[in-house]
Amino acid sequence: MIEGIFVEGLIYGIMALGVFITFRILDFPDLTVDGSFPLGAAVMATSLVSGLPILVGLALAIFAGALAGTITAVIHNELKVPSLLAGILTMTMLYSINVRVLGNKANLSLLKERHLIKVLLEATEGIMNSSAAQLLFFGIIIILLITALNAFFHSDIGLTLGALGGNERMVVAQGTNPKVLKIIGVGVSNALVSLSGAFTAQYQGFADAGLGTGMVVSGLAMVMIGEFVIRSSKIHWLLIRVVVGAIVYKAIMFGGRYYGYMIRLTPTDLKLVTGLLIIISLIITKTDIGARIREHKKRKASR
Amino acid sequence: MISMDHVSLVFGEGTPDRVEALKNVTLNLERGDFLTIIGSNGAGKSSLFNALSGLYPPTSGRIEKNGSDITKWPEYRRASFIGRVFQDPLMGTAGNMSVQDNLTIASYKGMKKLRISLNRKKKSEFRDLLAQLEMGLEERMTDNVGLLSGGQRQALTMLMMVLSSPDLVLLDEHTAALDPRNAAKVLELTSRFYSEYELTVMMVTHDMRMAIDYGTRLVMMDRGEIILEVQGEEKSNLSVDELVKRFHDIRGKDLTNDEALLS
Repeated sequence: MIEGIFVEGLIYGIMALGVFITFRILDFPDLTVDGSFPLGAAVMATSLVSGLPILVGLALAIFAGALAGTITAVIHNELKVPSLLAGILTMTMLYSINVRVLGNKANLSLLKERHLIKVLLEATEGIMNSSAAQLLFFGIIIILLITALNAFFHSDIGLTLGALGGNERMVVAQGTNPKVLKIIGVGVSNALVSLSGAFTAQYQGFADAGLGTGMVVSGLAMVMIGEFVIRSSKIHWLLIRVVVGAIVYKAIMFGGRYYGYMIRLTPTDLKLVTGLLIIISLIITKTDIGARIREHKKRKASR
Repeated sequence: MISMDHVSLVFGEGTPDRVEALKNVTLNLERGDFLTIIGSNGAGKSSLFNALSGLYPPTSGRIEKNGSDITKWPEYRRASFIGRVFQDPLMGTAGNMSVQDNLTIASYKGMKKLRISLNRKKKSEFRDLLAQLEMGLEERMTDNVGLLSGGQRQALTMLMMVLSSPDLVLLDEHTAALDPRNAAKVLELTSRFYSEYELTVMMVTHDMRMAIDYGTRLVMMDRGEIILEVQGEEKSNLSVDELVKRFHDIRGKDLTNDEALLS
């Protein structure tokens, strides 16, 4: 059970990393996520069903996500609409596209396919149990991704992406086209989201066109929870805490699902819980109440 | 090197709010010029910079660099040879990034590369450059720029501006928002960088004294037009009273806000 929380946290953590890039680094609130997450799942599932190798399916999913992000960025850049509207447009259009990708179906089962998790479990059979194998595998994936993103955000282009979120004028003054930077940033973000969707489809054994509903909100909740756990401004900590936040979020959701019945919570209430989590986070960080709590803590500590 | 040929900039054409921010401005800049620009509020000083930097494309006229037409170049492309420092110290730097990150971004113009150029060698170069500012910034290279004072941020902006050795430097009242001590510091940097990096500078100021004391050429603007240009010996012999009188002679009216100009 506990391993399940970690594995799901790691898989959804990849999505949360994408949300973190747009919301926190680029200051480009992007709702494409609700469409690019099931897009990754759909592309992966259809690839497997049509007999393509797993790695090709993953690559296609990453590419499809990057393309979705590019479309959002181009709508925002060229039609001069706010990022939120651009994201909603892409997300809505993606719903139709996802159904198409799934072969005009709302979902696609992977029970009969030799997908990643099956291959993984076959390879590790007798060496470790299935939960440990999945935990190890996704742990390695997350470490690789965080290492790569950390290097990326230390590169010249990564630093400039960081500056774009803080002061777009400064980026223009340095001779860099902000439109291109936005395409790169939102593209990378949605590539991660789509990859997360591709892993999810294989983890749960099916892809569903409705998989993405409320995804960006839960991603944001993961990012915000992470911000409580670790306070830092160093990029590697910012990345790590997103994944930590994702695991904590999954634990809260797990608690809600398994013990929620005691307070008459149903699984459909969990979206409400997610929204309330974000609102509570905002109350603590943005209002006097939060400041007072922090001060109170400080006074207690100094006493 | 840079020339503006009959450049006009009109906002709200065809509406009752029509404003002619620049009227038929023709200006030639040679390499090594240090041009100071004075004029009261709304004279068109900032519009002149906005037209040059590409923020607002001119309504008519032509802007050239070394003979090639750059009138239609977008702002980010012109920024590859123009360095601009604004009045607001927050505008030239990214407050959410560290001092060394800001310097890295500024170390070359144009699209940034996918490589990590902030290495030990670069850091020690930045440390030496920052030490020249004499503000202790060399000890705060990993601090976020948002933690610095306005004067420190503006000095850092000046340093970032010269790092990529731009062909043209636009200083838009870059000391006006600073306290006197920091303003003097940033002005001193301006003179030092001008000679050290052999820059071509245009400097907008409200302060007539400053416009006379600094630079090799002086232009006065009013209502979107260049009404007076002096250079060389004539400029060094100029006084504030003389300038105010010449404005009166040309426009047939008194300077509307002498106080602002003389402050």
